[in-house]
Amino acid sequence: MIGLQHFLILAAALFCIGLYGALTKRNAIVILISIELMLNAVNILMVAFSRYVTPVALTGQVFAIFIMVVAAAEVAVGLAIIISIYRSRDTIDTNKIDLMKW
Amino acid sequence: MNFSLLMPELTLAITAVLVILLDLFIKQKSWLAAVSILGLGISSAFALGLWNGTPQSAFNNMLAVDNYAIFFKLLFAGIAILVILASTDYVSKFQRFQGEYYALILLSALGMMLMASTTELITLFISLELVNLSLYALVGFLKDGKSAEASLKYLLLSAVASAVLLFGMALVFGFTGQTQLGEIARSIQSTLAAGQVNSAPAVLVSPGLFVGIVLMIAGFGFKIAMVPFQMWVPDVYEGAPTPVTAYLSVGSKAAGFAIILRVFYSAFIQPSNLGLDWGMIFAVLSAVTMTVGNIIAIQQDNIKRMLGYSSIAQAGYLMVGLATVGLAPALTSAGQAPLLFFLVSYSLTNLAAFIAIIAITSETGSDLIDDFKGMGKRSPWLAAALTLAMISLIGMPPAAGFIAKFYIFSAAVQHDLLWLVIIAVINSVISAFYYLRVVKVMWMNEPASAEKVPASAALIVALIFCSLGVLLFGLLPGLAMNPAGLANMLGF
Repeated sequence: MIGLQHFLILAAALFCIGLYGALTKRNAIVILISIELMLNAVNILMVAFSRYVTPVALTGQVFAIFIMVVAAAEVAVGLAIIISIYRSRDTIDTNKIDLMKW
Repeated sequence: MNFSLLMPELTLAITAVLVILLDLFIKQKSWLAAVSILGLGISSAFALGLWNGTPQSAFNNMLAVDNYAIFFKLLFAGIAILVILASTDYVSKFQRFQGEYYALILLSALGMMLMASTTELITLFISLELVNLSLYALVGFLKDGKSAEASLKYLLLSAVASAVLLFGMALVFGFTGQTQLGEIARSIQSTLAAGQVNSAPAVLVSPGLFVGIVLMIAGFGFKIAMVPFQMWVPDVYEGAPTPVTAYLSVGSKAAGFAIILRVFYSAFIQPSNLGLDWGMIFAVLSAVTMTVGNIIAIQQDNIKRMLGYSSIAQAGYLMVGLATVGLAPALTSAGQAPLLFFLVSYSLTNLAAFIAIIAITSETGSDLIDDFKGMGKRSPWLAAALTLAMISLIGMPPAAGFIAKFYIFSAAVQHDLLWLVIIAVINSVISAFYYLRVVKVMWMNEPASAEKVPASAALIVALIFCSLGVLLFGLLPGLAMNPAGLANMLGF
């Protein structure tokens, strides 16, 4: 029987994979993909809680839809910025984007 | 649905769209700044009209219209007006997209206003992202190497922080079944009361909920530049256009504190063991934040970068107020009012510093502190304003920063945070070194040339307003705004 905790473990694992990717990858687009993974882990969590904790109210599902909308907007802005940086530097490797360091 | 409660926000949204449209038709681009300021003025007039009405919640308890929210709406409108005044010169050099610049400032101000009034997690997230998305674009507005790099770093790190914040909110939602802050508070009280033993740390009674709260602290901590989530600050401050840096350092931080105070005070303050837990988290992080900020700031030679680290340190002082809110017995106003006073004084001070810097750097074309040499002879008034701002940032009389620190520290001492206040005072002494170095370079060193620094009328008006504000709050704190009166007005 699949219960709430299976979803929680799945969401936590997915979130950690995304976080690992976001912190270790060098390609800006791969980092964006990893961030999407983290957001989708949150979506799974929201929907699972909504199903098991508040079966009557749809708050969690609505929250998940809003997260998707905002994530799409964020990716749009993110890709635009990546294009603008590619035009000025000819690379999207975050190791080589290092004009400023302390 | 009562739309009159939402008029300040609606006005701003309409003005932002109007500015983009007008940009297509108008040849004289300076009108765009005038229209934006007019919109902000009308918006704050609407906000003033709602002042002191009975606190209401609109749209299914998603937004609160109370004095706390209106206080912040006026603050954000004021900040946006000053930033627009300070950027007219800067923006007039752009070939294209002047309308978009003003519209993005208006939209992020709109997001900040919504952040101050939201009482529900979904609205909170959306208003936070509205601020973020506009700021990403503003930071990368120059499109040169540095600006684009700053924007990319800001976007990637901020998106990770948003994901962490969301994970925390999902856990809080899962363990309480609610997204409305008041309902969350009620649910937490009954959960923690069921597993009672009031003295046990909340983390043992409901670990999942506690992890959610900690993740939310991490997510919000990014916005206010709290260590260990401060790594974006120096790079973004250095790379962004200077007026946007000013806006980021003041508006974004004030919005972060507004939302933290709202969420933690209305949802997680009771039972008192939970308040103690997050109060101590903020106290420890505050000590680390101000120390890291101040010590790294000493070695900086770029003034925007130095002010970036300085703003990390100031976030540390502000978090002393948050810790006090957590540790004080629930439903007292011990921490809130000094925190808000500090936010107002910090906003005026930092804006004054940045406006003077905008004027000076656009003449010299360099952000290095050494290139400020002799400014006392070239432009005594700009140098005097920057000196006043630096004195206020150190926290010395007669500037506002002194009174603000005095209020926030004395509230903390009364609630068993003497150790934190001692650390904060030592930090203030350390900070005097790098703030006063700017003053020394300006007044003691010989100027590189005898040329005056030109400044537009708009910029001078904004600078005079900020400097007078800093002086007024410093000399006559009781007259301008004192914590007791503030707490009374805001209904804490």
